[in-house]
Amino acid sequence: MAAKPGILRRKAAHSLKMKRAVQLLFYKRHWEPGVKGWELRRRIGSDYPRVLDLLNDYLDRLGLAVKTVYEEEASPPQNPTLEQLDKAKFYVALKETQTAGEQKLVGWRIDDLAGLAVSLGYIISQGGKTPRKDVEDLLKEKLPGWRVDINLNRYLRTGYITEDENGLFYLGWRTRAEVDQRKFVDLLLEASETKKPVNAGDTVSPS
Amino acid sequence: MATAKRPETLGREELRRIIETCLSVEAKGLNPFLVNVEGLVSVIKQFFPNWSDPDELCLDAEALNQIASVIKMQSEWIKHRATSLYRDPFLVEEKLRSLPIESIAGIFENAWHPLVELEQVTMGSLEAALRYWTELTPLDERWRKENLLLTDVSPTSREELIKQGVLLSETFTTELEKLWEELKTFETNKEGKIGYWDFIGAETYDGTVKRAYLTSFLITYGYADLEVHPLEEEIFVRPYKEQVSKGNVATFSFPIPISFEEWNRWRQNRES
Repeated sequence: MAAKPGILRRKAAHSLKMKRAVQLLFYKRHWEPGVKGWELRRRIGSDYPRVLDLLNDYLDRLGLAVKTVYEEEASPPQNPTLEQLDKAKFYVALKETQTAGEQKLVGWRIDDLAGLAVSLGYIISQGGKTPRKDVEDLLKEKLPGWRVDINLNRYLRTGYITEDENGLFYLGWRTRAEVDQRKFVDLLLEASETKKPVNAGDTVSPS
Repeated sequence: MATAKRPETLGREELRRIIETCLSVEAKGLNPFLVNVEGLVSVIKQFFPNWSDPDELCLDAEALNQIASVIKMQSEWIKHRATSLYRDPFLVEEKLRSLPIESIAGIFENAWHPLVELEQVTMGSLEAALRYWTELTPLDERWRKENLLLTDVSPTSREELIKQGVLLSETFTTELEKLWEELKTFETNKEGKIGYWDFIGAETYDGTVKRAYLTSFLITYGYADLEVHPLEEEIFVRPYKEQVSKGNVATFSFPIPISFEEWNRWRQNRES
């Protein structure tokens, strides 16, 4: 039986809105990627949460997901209101975690990535802020000094870390969007020093 | 023999020490529980009867304020420890120090979901960029223009415009009448108004300046009216079918800048 014209019209409208949402979410329009909820509402309409749900279902099949970062970072709402959604920021991120061999695909050397992990792990363990010098000292234990400077500047530039005028490091917007902090710290504490806790069979070598 | 310090001097030093301690805890992100709040409050209490000078009282208040900040930090510290995200920092630090970098990178990858961000040139953006490039005046000309902008701005006279060739003296009235006729036949909105820039805008910048100049005369002589909406930043021209005498109505000047940039913007808006 043929679908009713009303349903077809609605499907076509949703399809158009999903295309618009893809353009807004994938392409960087400002300095930072991602798009605010109010911006989506203005471009797509007040039913943008529904459109994002549909898009999420579609992206799921491709190993991607729409990631929502709420303003109330410490306690993200379970059932967000429209106002909370409007203030939240939406990104598209890889749904699956990467295998050790794949980090090259996103342009990271193994020691740069480890430096990032150490910096973030240390900041998280210190309650979300720590003096720059402490992070530098920790990184210098295993990385040459010149490399530490380059790496920290890269983490700052890309938004993983922010620094205030007192030289204190905080977690940046990108960490909030990309890193599952709880999982990361738990995995770190579970890791055994003798056994390699990465995915079995992965080979990692510094490039 | 060293003389014992007076209680006021000693008290001031103590207060300054308290303030510095509290500030350094905040600035260095140290554990706020390292501060003995009770001890500091008792010091403040001990010296308080000595204060009479406003500066000393201000110092006392500042010390108390800093202690309050430390208590606030302590509260946040406890809140963080109460969350499920809290793990013993010493354990985490120990793990970070002892694990090989490959393992740390591997662990991180298991909790890392990099964002997808694309940068791509499309035909539309190329076209827009080329249009922009074509219209972009060479650097030396732009710099020359900036120099011109630095010169003093003064009202121009009709004589000067005639001298510059913008207007011809003998055709001024004719041109004014022609423009009035054009204004009357111009497509107006429901309220019988025309957007100011839609009317004065011409293909060239010189042409636009000329039309703006003539329009100002149409308004002054009562052939048209100017309607300004300051909040919406909109200006409209309303044509009169016949010349309207202003009589005793108070008139005023309303300067409208006709800059090259503004004209360019109008032209781009019109094309898009």
